[in-house]
Amino acid sequence: METRVRKVNQHVLRDWLMSYLFLLPAFGFFLIFVAYPMLKGIYISFFNYSLRKFEFTGLDNYISLFHNETFLKSLWNTSLLVIITVPVVIVFSIFVAMNIYKKKEFARSFFRGVFYLPAVSSVVSITVVWGWIYHPNYGILNYITGLFGADPISWLGNTKTALLSIIAVLITTSVGQPIILYVASLGNIPTSYIEAAQIDRASSWQIFRKIIWPMLMPTNLYIIVITTINTFQCFALIQLLTSGGPFYSTTTVMYGVYEQAFKLGNFGMASAMGIVLAVVIGIISTIQFKYLGSDVEY
Amino acid sequence: MSSSIQANMKAGLPSPKVRKKREWSIGKIISNFLLILSTLFFIFPFYWIITGAFKKQTVATAIPPEWFPLHPTLQNLSDLFKNPVWRWTFNSFLISFVEMIAVCLVASLAGYVLAKKVFPGRKLIFGMFVAAMALPKQVILVPLFTMLADFGWVNTYHGLILPAIGWPFGVFLMKQFSQTIPSEVMEASRIDGCSEIRMFSTIILPLLTPALGALAIFTFIGSWNDYFSQLIMTRSTSMMTLPLGIATLQGEFTTNYGVMMAGAALASVPMIAIFLLFQKAFTQGITMGAVKG
Repeated sequence: METRVRKVNQHVLRDWLMSYLFLLPAFGFFLIFVAYPMLKGIYISFFNYSLRKFEFTGLDNYISLFHNETFLKSLWNTSLLVIITVPVVIVFSIFVAMNIYKKKEFARSFFRGVFYLPAVSSVVSITVVWGWIYHPNYGILNYITGLFGADPISWLGNTKTALLSIIAVLITTSVGQPIILYVASLGNIPTSYIEAAQIDRASSWQIFRKIIWPMLMPTNLYIIVITTINTFQCFALIQLLTSGGPFYSTTTVMYGVYEQAFKLGNFGMASAMGIVLAVVIGIISTIQFKYLGSDVEY
Repeated sequence: MSSSIQANMKAGLPSPKVRKKREWSIGKIISNFLLILSTLFFIFPFYWIITGAFKKQTVATAIPPEWFPLHPTLQNLSDLFKNPVWRWTFNSFLISFVEMIAVCLVASLAGYVLAKKVFPGRKLIFGMFVAAMALPKQVILVPLFTMLADFGWVNTYHGLILPAIGWPFGVFLMKQFSQTIPSEVMEASRIDGCSEIRMFSTIILPLLTPALGALAIFTFIGSWNDYFSQLIMTRSTSMMTLPLGIATLQGEFTTNYGVMMAGAALASVPMIAIFLLFQKAFTQGITMGAVKG
């Protein structure tokens, strides 16, 4: 009897050991390259840290951030980016998904593919071609608006249009994944629900509002959260199209992090900006989960 | 309701259902029109890249624009290849490929154990992975960079490859998928006296193939397109990746759009090809990663 217990224990122990061995590579890489840098980021945000200096300055980085007009401007731009991009991405993706989910397999794949193209392409290719399209003299956009009698605009060089021009490109690179997810969840709604409503003479809008929309809620939540996080991190489009200009009209927090760390060498300040960004994203994601996720089981 | 249909039929009016259908089709025409319009809007930049790559500079900057290159030239491509484009392409493929293999291996081991084994600390470790995923990835890039600089890893292949393996998305995806493997499969092989490692490689791994396929494509494309990491981790021209190299050419060829479009095409064509070839696995992977956990 006793030997049997010991044998079982040994077996369980061996099983545990095996599990830890299997986990070790993933967890090791995670600790070294994700968890440790996260903690180190918090730590160095309290230091005046550049190539030559490393001195503790407490909350100075944070205090000077909130007195820094460029940083406040970048917070404002980032908020605008999120407030405009996220709803447009959601509405556009639902619109496309509603129109293609009942189509034949080939047509569905075609449309899904077309709207995913910008997301799968290198952001460098996207910015290179949009830089040309937006060019005040050689760009096709001014040619087309000119056909309707509009004056040429320096789309990326004008403080009024630069951010919106970037948002337009950002939207094209953001809708691919939401469309795929919406098509999948629309396909999971039992057709009998919709047919029953049609027999009861519900209008298309009523069917959408009362049947389809509630059933899309879990997908909505996921898409809103990931699109918000991705939009907050928008960097490459800005670095390659405007470098934050003109007059800081397109600078974002993420671009500021890059500028502080890799152009000016202020790693402490850059880390503090990154942490402010992470806190903002954390708060917003929590609100989204609380508010939208109340009737969603996750 | 049925009486109203009967009344309509008696009066020779179309039944509500038929009327409904006609209303729907007007809406359908409008929405299909908008769909086609947006499709054109999404395809156009790619059309402009491909055709632009074959336009002479004088043609590329001409207004009104030439909608299709009437006198196609290969000059842009040969100008482009005066730069170390082959080296950049090699770098991009090498980094993405190694990262893909490593992530698939590491993530399937961990995902399987997290889904199918019971051991102390399992919930805590999985919780850490998920919590990290919810944080913005790029926030860790500055401290990560200072750490890699201390290691002397800046401008090296391992400096570009290894950190990306730590990102827990793959573990999460493989855990989600491993949960769908019936436990009986494992029990049966355990009775047969299979060792844990043999069981994993001969029984579990083949069952994970669909998820591994999706994860492989994700990782490859994600690594190829990870512009920010490449930007901060590379110093010399010979260590640049293809997208980064093309981006630096912008300074040299400011408005030489033909060359820039040739470069843009080159930087994206491999990814677009992979996406089109494996679209099914890709779509599955995206929906799999989003299912509730």
